[in-house]
Amino acid sequence: MAADRAPRWLQDGGPATGAGAPAGVAGTPAPAAGPAEQRGEPGPEEIRDRRLYRDLGLTDDEYERVVNLIGRLPNYVETGLFGVLWSEHCSYKSSKIHLRKFPTSGPQVLQGPGENAGVVDIGGGLGIAFKMESHNHPSAVEPYQGAATGVGGILRDIYTMGARPVTFLDSLRFGDIADARTRYLFAQVVAGIGGYGNCVGIPTVGGEALFDPTYQHNPLVNAMCVGVVRADRLVKGVAAGVGNPVFVVGSRTGRDGIHGATFASAEDPEAKERSAVQVGDPFLGKLLMEACLELMETGAVVGVQDMGAAGLTSSSAEMASRASGGIELFLDRVPVRESGMTPYEMMLSESQERMLVVLQRGREQVAFDIFQKWGLQVAEVGRVTDDGMLRLWFRGEVVAEVPVRALVDEAPVYDRPAVARPRTAEDEARERAAAERLVAKVAEVRPQPVPEGAGAPAASRDARTARAAGDAKDGQRDGGFAPHLLELLRHPSIADKRWIYQQYDTSVRTCTYTGPGSDAAVLLVPDTDRAIALATDGNGRYVYLNPRRGGAIAVAEASRNVACAGGRPLAITNCLNFGNPEKPHVMYQLVQAIEGISEACRALDTPVVSGNVSLYNESRGQDIHPTPVIGVVGKVEDVGKVPAGAFVRAGSAVVLLGRPDTSLDGTLYWQLAAGHPAGDAPRLELEEERRLQQLLLALVAETRVLSLHDVSDGGLAVCLAEMCIRGRMGARVRMTEDVRTGAEDEQARLLAAAGWLFSEAQSRVVAEVEPDQVGAVLAQAEAFGVPAAVLGETGGDELVVTSPGGRCLWLRADVAALADAFEQSLPLWMAR
Amino acid sequence: MFPGSNCDEDAVKGIRTATGDAADLIWHTADNLDAYDAVVLPGGFSYGDYLRCGAIARFSPVMAAVRRAAEAGKLVLGICNGFQILTESHLLPGALLRNEHLQFRCELVELVVEHARSPFTLAYQPGEVIRIPISHGEGRYHADEAVLDELERAGRVLFRYRQRVNGSLRDIAGILNERGNVLGLMPHPERAVAAWMGSEDGLRMFESMRRFVTDGGLLAAGAGHGAEGGVAHGG
Repeated sequence: MAADRAPRWLQDGGPATGAGAPAGVAGTPAPAAGPAEQRGEPGPEEIRDRRLYRDLGLTDDEYERVVNLIGRLPNYVETGLFGVLWSEHCSYKSSKIHLRKFPTSGPQVLQGPGENAGVVDIGGGLGIAFKMESHNHPSAVEPYQGAATGVGGILRDIYTMGARPVTFLDSLRFGDIADARTRYLFAQVVAGIGGYGNCVGIPTVGGEALFDPTYQHNPLVNAMCVGVVRADRLVKGVAAGVGNPVFVVGSRTGRDGIHGATFASAEDPEAKERSAVQVGDPFLGKLLMEACLELMETGAVVGVQDMGAAGLTSSSAEMASRASGGIELFLDRVPVRESGMTPYEMMLSESQERMLVVLQRGREQVAFDIFQKWGLQVAEVGRVTDDGMLRLWFRGEVVAEVPVRALVDEAPVYDRPAVARPRTAEDEARERAAAERLVAKVAEVRPQPVPEGAGAPAASRDARTARAAGDAKDGQRDGGFAPHLLELLRHPSIADKRWIYQQYDTSVRTCTYTGPGSDAAVLLVPDTDRAIALATDGNGRYVYLNPRRGGAIAVAEASRNVACAGGRPLAITNCLNFGNPEKPHVMYQLVQAIEGISEACRALDTPVVSGNVSLYNESRGQDIHPTPVIGVVGKVEDVGKVPAGAFVRAGSAVVLLGRPDTSLDGTLYWQLAAGHPAGDAPRLELEEERRLQQLLLALVAETRVLSLHDVSDGGLAVCLAEMCIRGRMGARVRMTEDVRTGAEDEQARLLAAAGWLFSEAQSRVVAEVEPDQVGAVLAQAEAFGVPAAVLGETGGDELVVTSPGGRCLWLRADVAALADAFEQSLPLWMAR
Repeated sequence: MFPGSNCDEDAVKGIRTATGDAADLIWHTADNLDAYDAVVLPGGFSYGDYLRCGAIARFSPVMAAVRRAAEAGKLVLGICNGFQILTESHLLPGALLRNEHLQFRCELVELVVEHARSPFTLAYQPGEVIRIPISHGEGRYHADEAVLDELERAGRVLFRYRQRVNGSLRDIAGILNERGNVLGLMPHPERAVAAWMGSEDGLRMFESMRRFVTDGGLLAAGAGHGAEGGVAHGG
């Protein structure tokens, strides 16, 4: 193909990568290669006849579509470009039409979806750039590097917006912790996250980790990065300005990670090649970040894009697409790690720590100086054109020439069938068995009469004396539901996560106001008096049981966590982790969950500004529970008013904000009894949720509460226990009246008590309130239309829950015993 | 400035908060620190620390200047990676090995201030327990018995952990050089300078240094250009 069309400077040997560029740039690949046949690549006819496009990720129909779009048979490189850009991972072809349902706008949105990251306005001319991304598939194969490169990738997405990254959060899902391979994956993922994040000097301040057998062979690793950017200094991923030069910066291109994107779009992780996993270099990542931020500060940058999934292919095509232009690359100039790399390999490599940068023509020297200072490679590899084509040159020959629109905008879009799985007789039998097991579980419990003299918290010492005297020697066994509470506190999904976060640098940059271990992290915005609150959430159990409500709950809960820290939720990012979309019931889960997320975002005024979809999370034919993970950014008005997340002092009132509930639908409690998720998803009314969050913000603004904690996994009992444990402070509470409804029958009474303790019904928060503020808090709750009830008071060294009348003891446990269960669980598991 | 330093700005902020003095960030290629009274080598991962921590940074041009500053009696404080660089540079004895549990560890820990005679502890009480965060994967202090005995004898063990946090021999968290003007410690005083950080106990380390310098301390032969600190970005 038309070697004579090569620009003159290329034929002359090029503008010497060296002309002005730092020494040692752009290693020329060693010989070999040459024309397609010499590279051993099959010709266009052979690709068609032997259906080789299938190996490159295209279906028969998709290949047909390519041929029609470009009006000829694609060659090997071109087929590869389409294969990777039309992969599920890059094109979102199964989810695209549904993602359009997300609300994405609002006065607080500075940048919505479509860029490297979304940005919200926190006032003062500042924006918060944030995004979450999955690295599930690589982490299943090579957990340390899979997680590390996930962190590195999302980091680059943030600073390419011109934002200084300030923190990471990580949302993790693993299988049963009793399984040795799960513990290996878990330990390595945590080490990998720390390995990258600690080295680049950005604190990891939050996230969650849940354990469920559904993730046994397919762990989820979702990393979120948050950065601060001046609103007038946003940088975008556009390749604009005809003639502007295009540079590759950072690491050399190697053969690692080829097919990473197509790999992530295929099913079984066990059948995946390890060579498709990339290896991270956080030191280079740190230098590249500093250099890019310094370069963007000069204003010489037209656009920047991380070479993430599908490497050079997606970064160049997407940048050209956003500018509605074209781009031309001279692959001989791409610095490579190995000799003999073909255009196909260079275009599909996913070597880490690389950036594609478009500069203003004439200001190249600015960039060369900065990259030289940081000791980084930079190579001019191409230029921006206006003919709408992605054109690749190699050894004076055009090796690929396809319309950018065809690659990016004309990717196929599927409206795949979405149908709920029909209920079978087997399902009904399973549900009956689950109900029976729940009844059997609560029947283990024997409520006790309250010992004399234990009627007030001040008297809990007397209760201990009484127990020591012999009427109740073992607080665990004799404490009603205490054994069940301890079981929940030991469950790795609920247990203290210190084992994880003590391996992360949580305080570097000295902006971490509230670190891990609370409902939400609170971060000071450097050099300002502003602060933000951050949380992630997403419960696959709820979404599995009821995809629509489960999706809404993920948003509601993450936002509520932010509100508990006094943050007004502004916007969300999400990571949609689902199974195989070619199965109608998985597609149904996806579509419904998106509906639920959208409803919640509208109700809570938190538009979606960025996100990522990870499909084909299945192995051995088993799909994971549908797991949308939501990351929320909120604005904290006054950091001095952020309440504690645990009991602060004795003698405070314990107040439940939100409706009491006795349903065990969707609870971890029921799952532990039944062996699988059971019932419906917990109750959620978005209007109630909205009012509750408004109330929380009002109470924080008026400093009416000492501490706040959200009721979530494990219900009210776990919420109270956590507040006791973290505050090393007891509490004595009475159940609310609704437990009496089932009092006529022993079984109903037990179920109602268990429900009151362990229901995961949404829109509920426990508040610790000073006695003289109780009236004001209840009045505010009424004004906001939120039910509120005083449950009891703090004090002593036991958690005690009695019947509404106070005569019957439903739960009693030493805070020390609760703390031991909660805090020792993960360390004990991981010491095995 | 060592490529890979990441606590440099925190150190500057900490010094400013504690002393109100100016502090400059010095690039690793600089070869002259004459303008400064004190040098801080901050934490991070110099050159990625893929080799032994600090093993490459010790060859930076700025380290020759740091050595001259130390020889001139100026105060040199190496925090975390800075401590590692000081041992690699033989400005301090011993070595910092991988934590015994093999994990990175970031948490607020309790330290005992062994004595208040050093330029870095003037503002503390001898035997006082202070709380300063650690954040390292390779902080297990190691030296042979003779060196450890000598450190103890000469009062050069300045900070000790109250718990076993990384397996350091004799619970050593920070040590002085023979002359007493060079301190290396794994905990991060610059991360303990405000109540909201969980501790303000780090303030007094910088205050001690300032007091020592402004009082024209005995060790500061040749210093005295006003209380300015230079932070050699490093690790």
